[in-house]
Amino acid sequence: MASGIQIRQLTKHYGDLTAVSDVDLDIDDGEVLCLLGPSGCGKTTTLRMVAGLEDISAGEVRIDGEVMNNIATPDRNVAMAFQFYALYPSITVEKNLAYPLYAEHATPDQIEQRIAQVAERLDLTAVLKRYPSQLAEGEKQRVAVGRAIIRSPRCFLFDEPLSRLDIELRQEMRTKIKEVLADLSKPTVIVTHDQIEALTMADRIAVMRAGKIEQVATPHDIFAAPINTFVAGFIGTPGMNLIPAVVEGGSKKNELKLNIDGQHVVVDVNDAAMKLPAGSMVTLGVRPRFFETVSEVSDKTLSGVVDIIEPMGAETLFHVLDGKRELRVVMDRSVRFNEGEKIHLQFQPKMTHVFDEQGSLVR
Amino acid sequence: MSFFKKKYGIGKAGPGWTIFAGIVSLIYFFPVLWIILTAFKTRTDTLSVPPKFLFTPTFDNFVSVFYRAAGTGQDAASTGFELYFLNSIFIAGTSVILALIIGTLASYGFSRHPLRGNDTYLFVILTTRMLPPIIAIIPIFLMFRLSGLSGTYIGIILLYTAFNLPFSIWMIKSFFDEISTDVEDAARLDGSKDRRVFFKICLPQVKAGLAATAVFALILTWNEFLFALLLTGTDTRTVPVQMARTLGGEIGVDWGLLAAIVTMFLIPVFAVTYLLQNHLLRGVTFGTIKK
Repeated sequence: MASGIQIRQLTKHYGDLTAVSDVDLDIDDGEVLCLLGPSGCGKTTTLRMVAGLEDISAGEVRIDGEVMNNIATPDRNVAMAFQFYALYPSITVEKNLAYPLYAEHATPDQIEQRIAQVAERLDLTAVLKRYPSQLAEGEKQRVAVGRAIIRSPRCFLFDEPLSRLDIELRQEMRTKIKEVLADLSKPTVIVTHDQIEALTMADRIAVMRAGKIEQVATPHDIFAAPINTFVAGFIGTPGMNLIPAVVEGGSKKNELKLNIDGQHVVVDVNDAAMKLPAGSMVTLGVRPRFFETVSEVSDKTLSGVVDIIEPMGAETLFHVLDGKRELRVVMDRSVRFNEGEKIHLQFQPKMTHVFDEQGSLVR
Repeated sequence: MSFFKKKYGIGKAGPGWTIFAGIVSLIYFFPVLWIILTAFKTRTDTLSVPPKFLFTPTFDNFVSVFYRAAGTGQDAASTGFELYFLNSIFIAGTSVILALIIGTLASYGFSRHPLRGNDTYLFVILTTRMLPPIIAIIPIFLMFRLSGLSGTYIGIILLYTAFNLPFSIWMIKSFFDEISTDVEDAARLDGSKDRRVFFKICLPQVKAGLAATAVFALILTWNEFLFALLLTGTDTRTVPVQMARTLGGEIGVDWGLLAAIVTMFLIPVFAVTYLLQNHLLRGVTFGTIKK
């Protein structure tokens, strides 16, 4: 029997609006998949369809090989942690944690034992007798996670689990959730709009836009090889520089001559990009950290003037104007430029992405 | 003093505002206070000019509520007033509980499983309360006569239940509307079927709303006069009707007697409101505080 979650051509319509369209995903046992995308892209709707909280318009959701489409939520045996925690306000933390065990027909001894385990694991022992309204934000979040992991469901679903926490707590909980999930070896889906959350917690990331999956890949691949300009721009902080350019003729092997706002620049590229005909409109994608500064102008440099300087601690962010456009350039803190200074930037080889007119990666 | 400050919050508002609020409260409460004082006065004290604030209290009025001569020269006899009290308690209590049960189920349905044209149904339900009751009294009276409900407990209880329902549905629905459906979804994911979700998760969250609705419905029903006058019989008569019959008589209005009836009549509503007041305060301010 197949294990994990299989999603096939999953579609959701609200009247004329298509919220989710033809989503295909496989999540294996023990794998953590992050659904990442801007708000309104359909990621939460997808999650809710897996949970059974939304009807499926078309397509199929299977969990452990069993088709879930017509199985009611209480019978699906999936655990979910909600964005706003959705703790039961009228009962104590202890009873909140015990609630899911009712459906499992656990004995009082077992219940007590499970609560003690989970409470210890998530540092909730001290607040077991309190009501949800008496808890701090971080504690509420831990109760929500605790309620999800207290039983052994077929999969775990998290809807923006960390969005309400402050930065410090967020980092702490990220590690904690990752640690907890690693032990559970169940398929897990986490919905988030925070790329750091996705990059740090996920085994694989599915980037969604307007109801469609744009790319599914490991955090490393999604950062290093974004499939189109949307993914490229969405992942990474500060965002990737997406520079429109026109291909000029006379390219040599593995080099492409480009006209960037009037400057002629030669860029190292792959074979596919080399074959682009002269006159094609392309978008050049360069991450802010993959520039080098050189002192001399050459045919491989792009020149610009330093406009705004933002020190970020270990690194410094420079906003560089190359005439029309603003480029984000991140350099080590030891690199010093002054505002108004003219600098020459060279792209690091292999770290330059060429996207065609439609925004897809040329490869 | 610090205890006093803590308990009554004088410290925060300051003595000026506290006294001001006290005076306003006293003005509001004065009619009730005057009735209660009158209940303990002799007939002479009741009618004295200027009105007396200090007098020797007497329980005669309370005794004569239950036991008095029907007219001059007759022997004192039981008035059967305890029956009217029990009637009031039974009729108002039952109809409020019924309205609360039906109203809770209906409003949960309206709130969570809206029909096509949900708002229209809700509006229609409310229209029944838009007419002054007196307009409906003749058809209802005829219907009760024909169906044999006239003068029965069932008849008046059904009527009051129907009378309380629109208000209960609207009020309780607003409480259901305010609680997050995420919590119910969470309960479903935790393996609870609809019935358990409703009883274990939803209902406890609207306790305050139920308390507030119960108190308002109780006050309306408890004091209702018109329907009770026309639709109850000698056995099922409620206190407001009997109170009206006590007015008049051979020697003018017996204010002391009337005040004693009213004083006793107030006790159950006072008691219920007092018991539910914590919930009530949360109930009436519901939704006014940002969560």
